Amino acid sequence: MTENIYDQTGRIFDIQRFSIHDGPGIRTIVFLKGCWLRCRWCCNPESQEYKIQQLTINGTTKTVGRDVTVREVMEEVEKDRQYYRRSGGGVTLSGGETMAQPDFAEAIFRACHEYGFTTAIETTAFADREVVERLVPHIDYVLMDIKHMDSKKHEAWTTRPNEKILDNARWIASHASSLTIRVPVIPGFNDSVEEIMAIARFTDSLPGVEQLHLLPYHRLGMDKYTGLGRTYTLPDILPPKNDHMDQLKAAAEAVSSLHVQIGG
Amino acid sequence: MAEIKYVIKKSPRIPKLIADLYANMPEIEADRAELITESYKETENLPIVKRRSAAFRHILENIPIIIREGELIVGSNSLAPRGCQTYPEYSFEWLEKEYDTVATREADPFYISPDTVRRLKAVYPYWKGKTTSDLAAANMDPEVLDVFMNHGIFTVGNYFFNGVGHVNVNYKRVIDEGLESYIEQCKAELAKLKRGQGDYASRRNFLEAVIESCEGVIGYARRYSELALSEAAGCTDSDRKAELLKIADACDHVPAKPARDFHEACQAFWFIQQLMQLESSGHSISPGRFDQYMYPLFKKDLNEGKVTLESAQELIDCIWIKLNDLNKVRDAASAEGFAGYGLFQNLIVGGQNENGIDVTNELSYMCMEAQLHVRLPQPSLSIRVWNMTPHSLMIKAASVVREGLGVPAFYNDEVIIPSMMSRGYTLEDARNYCIIGCVEPQACAKTDGWHDAAFFNMLRPLELVFSSGMDKGEQIGPKTPDVLKMTKFEEFYDAYKTQEEWFIEMMAQADNAVDAAHAVRCPLPFESCLIDDCIANGKSVQEGGCHYNFTGPQGFGIANVADSLAVVRDLVFDQQKFTMAELKQALDDNFGKGRTPKKSAELTTAAVKALDAQGVEVNADMIKAIYTSFLNASTVSEDKKKKYAEMLELIGQVPKYGNDLYEVDMFAREIGQTYTKPLLKHTNPRGGMFHAGLYPVSANVPLGYDAGATPDGRLANTPIADGVGPMSGRDTHGPTATANSVSRLDLGDASNGTLLNQKFHPSALAGDAGLEKFVAYLRSFFDEKGMHVQYNVVSRETLLDAQKHPENYKTLVVRVAGYSALFTTLSRSLQDDIINRTEQSGL
Repeated sequence: MTENIYDQTGRIFDIQRFSIHDGPGIRTIVFLKGCWLRCRWCCNPESQEYKIQQLTINGTTKTVGRDVTVREVMEEVEKDRQYYRRSGGGVTLSGGETMAQPDFAEAIFRACHEYGFTTAIETTAFADREVVERLVPHIDYVLMDIKHMDSKKHEAWTTRPNEKILDNARWIASHASSLTIRVPVIPGFNDSVEEIMAIARFTDSLPGVEQLHLLPYHRLGMDKYTGLGRTYTLPDILPPKNDHMDQLKAAAEAVSSLHVQIGG
Repeated sequence: MAEIKYVIKKSPRIPKLIADLYANMPEIEADRAELITESYKETENLPIVKRRSAAFRHILENIPIIIREGELIVGSNSLAPRGCQTYPEYSFEWLEKEYDTVATREADPFYISPDTVRRLKAVYPYWKGKTTSDLAAANMDPEVLDVFMNHGIFTVGNYFFNGVGHVNVNYKRVIDEGLESYIEQCKAELAKLKRGQGDYASRRNFLEAVIESCEGVIGYARRYSELALSEAAGCTDSDRKAELLKIADACDHVPAKPARDFHEACQAFWFIQQLMQLESSGHSISPGRFDQYMYPLFKKDLNEGKVTLESAQELIDCIWIKLNDLNKVRDAASAEGFAGYGLFQNLIVGGQNENGIDVTNELSYMCMEAQLHVRLPQPSLSIRVWNMTPHSLMIKAASVVREGLGVPAFYNDEVIIPSMMSRGYTLEDARNYCIIGCVEPQACAKTDGWHDAAFFNMLRPLELVFSSGMDKGEQIGPKTPDVLKMTKFEEFYDAYKTQEEWFIEMMAQADNAVDAAHAVRCPLPFESCLIDDCIANGKSVQEGGCHYNFTGPQGFGIANVADSLAVVRDLVFDQQKFTMAELKQALDDNFGKGRTPKKSAELTTAAVKALDAQGVEVNADMIKAIYTSFLNASTVSEDKKKKYAEMLELIGQVPKYGNDLYEVDMFAREIGQTYTKPLLKHTNPRGGMFHAGLYPVSANVPLGYDAGATPDGRLANTPIADGVGPMSGRDTHGPTATANSVSRLDLGDASNGTLLNQKFHPSALAGDAGLEKFVAYLRSFFDEKGMHVQYNVVSRETLLDAQKHPENYKTLVVRVAGYSALFTTLSRSLQDDIINRTEQSGL
């Protein structure tokens, strides 16, 4: 890490203001590039590779990914200070996998706290424990995914097993100031009542965790696969129906004392 | 999370009243036109103000009256639900031309029966040459009249053809003291007059006219009392009979005497609101701070157990419905500009009182609740917001916004109060402001703001820079230097300001010509007595009797002008990506997207004039040939098309207003001031000053049609940016970025009001957290000194489906500029404009 945190560089692919479904209040999300997982449903396929890529949408090609300093990130983030102050919002790091760029992530989190902004992370938590231990003290709100309790199925759909993730979840739960568990509900992967109940039971066992968010699958990222010269391997899956989501919510509530909500 | 307060059960009466009101197309009726003509014929020797009161009284005594089924609050200006009368003293010729088409036109159609046509035809000839419109035209310099009528730079059409309206009156005093107190006051003033004083006759005439008008209104209420009694006598339903007897008792008592209970306060309010609309055709007669003046009797009745929250809510809901019973037929062109049958009756809740104390009360919430119960375009519900506004009122307001009704509109006390004080309002009067019509602040019940004085299209002076003041073959503006010879951006910018100020002055003359005509031909004694200080001054509102007098014409197109000038500065002068000649040609060719029939027609007009000047006789066939050649000449070569595409690409890359870019936004601020500042030096005939508004109602669509292609890449005859917001589709960084840009404008300098429309997808307000975040968003914008904002919360899919199946969306309300309208009654182009606005969802 650089001596001055504002000189630290990292690789991002987007900054999105007025994000209201990713942590408390009105937030700005900084999307970091590069991820250890390859989830088949991922709606940001351009986030997965660390290398800078070309993405073609509707005949227009644009470069995805740029290297920026923390100073540059903060300049953009600062623009919505009023909105964070009024709403209790701040900055969320998302990805890709933020924990894959720990120096950059830590520097942004520290800068945000110097600016008086709350910090949040959306993470797979597929990371070495030392990285987790290094970053978590700087994060006000951790939002992490638990996608499946069966490690084999997890690996089949995301390319990685889940043991490390579940271990980290236990550590984060007992050390983070706030942890919310989120489940991308993917038809055919984890959308049965049993599978969601299993996740709910695990979540309920985490000390201090009260929130479970069920995020219904959507197809908005589909075209980007083609734009990157890739194939979308889930082309025929429809988003889960509202009543099915309600059923999953009820099931999760039945086996836990969690507050379960649909959507972020 | 805050809970939503005052969720009150809706009475089953409400949906029934609404269904009846919307069962048929609204209808034009002839009674008022006949009655006023009868009266005018008999009073030709009287002073005008007494002719007005005599006619008003004659109408009140003879116009047919009706109690609609199930009504608790009564009083209708037409027998037909949502029907309207006509006002030939202002203008009538446009309706004569529309007898056959008014029922089938696209915007705001009205049914007119053959019998009504016959009756109107019998009386209209009397009015030839006698209208305010005729006198206003005579008052205008011929070149001003020409620019107003033929060149689409500004329009003063609203008050040129209609009454002015746009006032808030002293409902409080009518409720608390009754109209008889006004009669007593006038008598006292009369007693004080000295026969030897110079204005004796004019004061006496005015005071007598007020007395006659008030007596007429009291008599009209008693007609309703008698009607209710006779209907009660024949009524077999005992519940309804009791209601009719209550109505009879109320109408016998108010508005003559002080209201004794909340029901009577509602009825007194209603007669005032209704009958001002019968005295004159002016719209935007705004109830203002309804939650304040209605509160004492509400609270008293509630404490004494005479009303419950439910029964009081039912009465409020009834008033909300009645506000939609009032209607007005406008000429076809104005109907486009004001689309949606709107009367712009702005009713505002919350905010501080004259002592700077927050006065939110139960009624503030119940007015919001009424909007949820009734879900109709009127009233234009507004809320005043300041640092001390209770959070729970904000949450209630957000819960109404979430329903997609387009209301309430939000106003920022922290900007509006100092803005008003900068124009001469006292601190106390400024704190007690209300909103008129769309977005215009004024001191309650003591102001003639002439708020909607004109629309000024800021893009047209820009076009005239390219032609050195020539339009359609006429030199209508100053001969600014040839753009092709300009070497610096400053020359271009100066030419713009020269053109703009020239037409601003013309607009002021046009406004004043109309203003003076109203004073001479249509003083309004009834309206006048209800506004301070007309009685004390012994003259009408129209003659300058009010305590505060302003003229507020609104400019729009800041975003397009700022973006356009930035293109000229950056691409032509600084970076020299293309030449001025190339830009000028591109604008003439509409960037290769085809010359529009309108542009071809204009070029034809200019060519014919030129031939005419040379003494060449031009016949119809030749004109047609010239027109066709212009139209076909627009087929530009493929090479040129390619070049224009490249130009548009370059233009697209120039940073645009609305994206939170400091320098760009500061330039837009300066552009706004090129309109707001020069206006301030003009004065009106009522002893007041001009000041600017920055909002277009919905005129950005029809007046966009009058403007050719502009350097920002906007194509010819397409809509212009609405209000102070960015051009549709050019703000790409989300709602916070847009709000930050808008708050960089000098909004307070537009003391006649500003307008920002934002559209949210419903998901942005979902759940308790959504409401909280929405309120935080709005509060932040107001922290940054935003002045006004209103929200459309509907999905794009909903609107597209409503275009396809209007029959399923008869009551779909959307916010159009300064008001709410029924989406399906809007013209197609306005519907498209709404759909194309950037959808700023938080997804």
